[in-house]
Amino acid sequence: MGRLLLHRLGGLVTTLLLSSVVIFGSLYLAPGSPENVLFGNRAPSAAARAAVRHQLHLDQPLPVRYWDWLTAVLHGDLGRSMVTGQSVAGRVGAGLGSTLLLVALSISLVVILGLGLGTAAALRPGRVDATANALTSLSVTVPPFVASTLLISVFAVKLGWFPASGVQSGLLGQLRGLVLPACALAVVSCGFLARVTRNALREQLDREHVQTAQVRGLPRRVVLRDHVFRNALPPIITAIGLLTSGLFASTLVVESAFAVPGIGQLTIQSVAQKDFPVVQAVALLLVAAFVVCNAVSDLVQALIDPRLRIVGRTT
Amino acid sequence: MTTPETPPPSQSQPLLEISGLTVRLGVGGDSRPVLDGVDLTLAPGEALGLVGESGSGKSMTVRAVTRLLPQGAAFAGSIRFEGRDVAAMDAAELRGYRDHGVGMIFQDPRAHINPTRRVGAFLTEALTRNRGLSRREAEDRAAAVLAEVGIDDPVRRLRQYPHELSGGMLQRVMIASVLLAEPRLVLADEPTTALDVTIQAEVVGILDRLRRERGMGMAFITHDLDLALAVCRRVAVMYAGRIVEIRAAEELHQRAAHPYTLGLLGSRPSIDARAERLNAIPGRPVSAFEAGPGCAFAARCAHAQAVCREVRPELEPFRGGLVRCHRVAEISLQEATA
Amino acid sequence: MRTETTTETTTDQPTAPATAGVSPASRIGVFARVRTALGPSGVAAAAFLLLVLVLALAAPLLAPYDPNAQALLDSYAGSSGSHLLGADGIGRDILSRLMFGSRTSLLGPALVVSISLLVGIPLALLAAWYGGAVDALVARIFDLVYALPGLLLAVLAVALFGPGLTPAVAALSIAYVPFLARIVRVAARQQRTSPYVDALAVQGFGVVRITVRHILRNIAPVVLGQAAIAFGYALLDLASLSYLGLAVQAPTSDWGVMVSDSDALMKGYWLPVIAPGVLIVLCVLSLTVLGARISGERPQPYLRLRGSRRTGASS
Repeated sequence: MGRLLLHRLGGLVTTLLLSSVVIFGSLYLAPGSPENVLFGNRAPSAAARAAVRHQLHLDQPLPVRYWDWLTAVLHGDLGRSMVTGQSVAGRVGAGLGSTLLLVALSISLVVILGLGLGTAAALRPGRVDATANALTSLSVTVPPFVASTLLISVFAVKLGWFPASGVQSGLLGQLRGLVLPACALAVVSCGFLARVTRNALREQLDREHVQTAQVRGLPRRVVLRDHVFRNALPPIITAIGLLTSGLFASTLVVESAFAVPGIGQLTIQSVAQKDFPVVQAVALLLVAAFVVCNAVSDLVQALIDPRLRIVGRTT
Repeated sequence: MTTPETPPPSQSQPLLEISGLTVRLGVGGDSRPVLDGVDLTLAPGEALGLVGESGSGKSMTVRAVTRLLPQGAAFAGSIRFEGRDVAAMDAAELRGYRDHGVGMIFQDPRAHINPTRRVGAFLTEALTRNRGLSRREAEDRAAAVLAEVGIDDPVRRLRQYPHELSGGMLQRVMIASVLLAEPRLVLADEPTTALDVTIQAEVVGILDRLRRERGMGMAFITHDLDLALAVCRRVAVMYAGRIVEIRAAEELHQRAAHPYTLGLLGSRPSIDARAERLNAIPGRPVSAFEAGPGCAFAARCAHAQAVCREVRPELEPFRGGLVRCHRVAEISLQEATA
Repeated sequence: MRTETTTETTTDQPTAPATAGVSPASRIGVFARVRTALGPSGVAAAAFLLLVLVLALAAPLLAPYDPNAQALLDSYAGSSGSHLLGADGIGRDILSRLMFGSRTSLLGPALVVSISLLVGIPLALLAAWYGGAVDALVARIFDLVYALPGLLLAVLAVALFGPGLTPAVAALSIAYVPFLARIVRVAARQQRTSPYVDALAVQGFGVVRITVRHILRNIAPVVLGQAAIAFGYALLDLASLSYLGLAVQAPTSDWGVMVSDSDALMKGYWLPVIAPGVLIVLCVLSLTVLGARISGERPQPYLRLRGSRRTGASS
């Protein structure tokens, strides 16, 4: 188990490092000199321009620049915003809370509804299964921006149950403002998780060890819980890990649609304002979220299925 | 919540009584018979061998006994365990029956034991859930039985996972789990087929000894006729979903009467004699749905005549056993005078 | 779509009436075979997509109005004889805008998939053929690119190069390479170790010829199916980007842009924003169903999350 942890950690760090190289290096892909890219349409004073040039260490070779940048990032210094001049870390930190709350709300919805629907479909073949299949087939093709539009149109404008904007005051107000965005995020993921759950449970129901449990006279509830569901968990957990990391990416769209003041909206605003350091910082965060989610889901799986604790096995 | 206790049987009553068992499976739209009128009785404490080739229906028979038939299977006939109708049991009764009355040893232990849980959990699960024992008590009992089946260091084994044990050890664990429940009837479905030959003898030996010690009845399913003869008091031969002969094991060699049984006996190569060719029964074994209206073995039988192909023979007494063959008397006469 | 491989004929045959010309009888035969291969759902999906394609190509001829023609008197007109799907805030006909919008909405994904295949297939075939270190390197590169969500790469690109279809398409093309190439690599690897390839090599056929004529032909259905699914997801990604104003921008009548009409949304006019959304969903649904049928699976649309093969969602 310890070896597996180390192995996974190593893979995690490698991917993060390589991604950071790409994110760092992207600045130099654009046409024009790097400081011009950062300034965008703004016309800086000579002093400001010199300050940025110094900050970028443009006199140093590229690998050194990367190293300096990386060490700064690891110390929490994500640079300065081109628009506000304040530290990027500050701006990002402010929005992170909203985004985390939104994603947490959404993933709860996904897990409850997705698992519920998938389990119902697996345990009741026939009409229930077919209906669930049709529903989920449809839901996985509804992108977050269409879902947002639909939800606003019906529940905010027409029915007025929830606000169309995610900016609210007070804890209850904040939660109320996040309901629709969380649903918009959840639509696709729910369908996907329901399908995964259904398939995983169906596969386990046919397994021989389940027959052993049945033939010993164990109550159905116990058979389902300890043998069917438990063994079906690994792919379900993989899916939940993947979906969580996917949700972070989808916040780019949903937060903008609902004006939720999180890092997704911050990113889009920064792109429009050509505030590249902010974009870079969020990109790093998103990749980190991706990689961490995956690693956690792998480890949880290994906890459940002891055969997965051997390095290299995926089944 | 414990399972209901089943009342102990009266001595004269058979432990298991199967009559006219017919099972049909739905395959691609139509319903095909897999078992076609099986009749069997088992006395308490008796070991009965059920021998047959693939497709003969022997596994399906014991599955029917535990009501473990696949989805969509249609079932006719009756199965009585200690006089009670198994098919008529409600959910609670069925659980009690499966817990106290009958125990099943499966063929492939690795597939039949949950790989994500420890061996100890597997063994104690039924005791703690069905009988309400504490975990401590259950583990003590489990360790004791593991020792009986010849597993060393049983307490450590309880902590291990199935993938850490060899196939032979896993099968012993499976046997141990059945013994722990102390059922009155054990159904062993090819318990040693998946094991190495050297382990086979050991495992069968353990199973037989412990069974006799506890007075459990056993239905021992195998395709290996010799194995059945060694372990069981009576042997039933199955072909195409029906029983074709039942006879005491010690008499089978001398007094077997059904042409199929004779074919099985004769097709075993002898290590002593030389032979130009091996005696094989021509053709291939058929399943119940492939059999014609008459005797299922008619297509491969050297003695088959018109009546064999048209009229289904019944299981009738002959020479101290039961045989399902129209011409059994004439055939035996031929063999005797040959 | 031919799903079986044709045999090589390297020797001349004296008259071959079957290949000389395509008789009406054999033409019907092909159509019937395609119909059975696709199944009823596949045929419906293909028919729908064909219809959309025709409308896209023939938009200038078929559209009732110029998509940019404003008619303020018709502002937010509902569905009527003159405007089949109503009009938006400044009186532009929705139906015409949808038809013209399909051109950009379909062109973008087409470019993404084409470029991805052009880059990915040779890479994958190289990896499959040479194996060893080459294969390991390519696999590592794929894993890295796969770790970065396509939407994020597109956002980075737009931040650097400014909004527009080009940076978005370029970024997404790179992002989709692993998705498509993975299948090619696995399938080609399987083919590569097949005995017939060794037989051909022994006969003296060159690597390129074996690869192109034989391996590619055999994996074509799977790859085409995957390409159809990738088309669907690229459509979603580009529409999301256009919704955010980062790819295609207003006043161009792209479907994603149309959904972002927040004026119409907040005023309660749902037709201008829902119609393009529904069209997007139907297109993606058709593409995933068709893709699954072409590659020979039962139609079970699944999400292209990393590692979805591990979750078994596509069974």
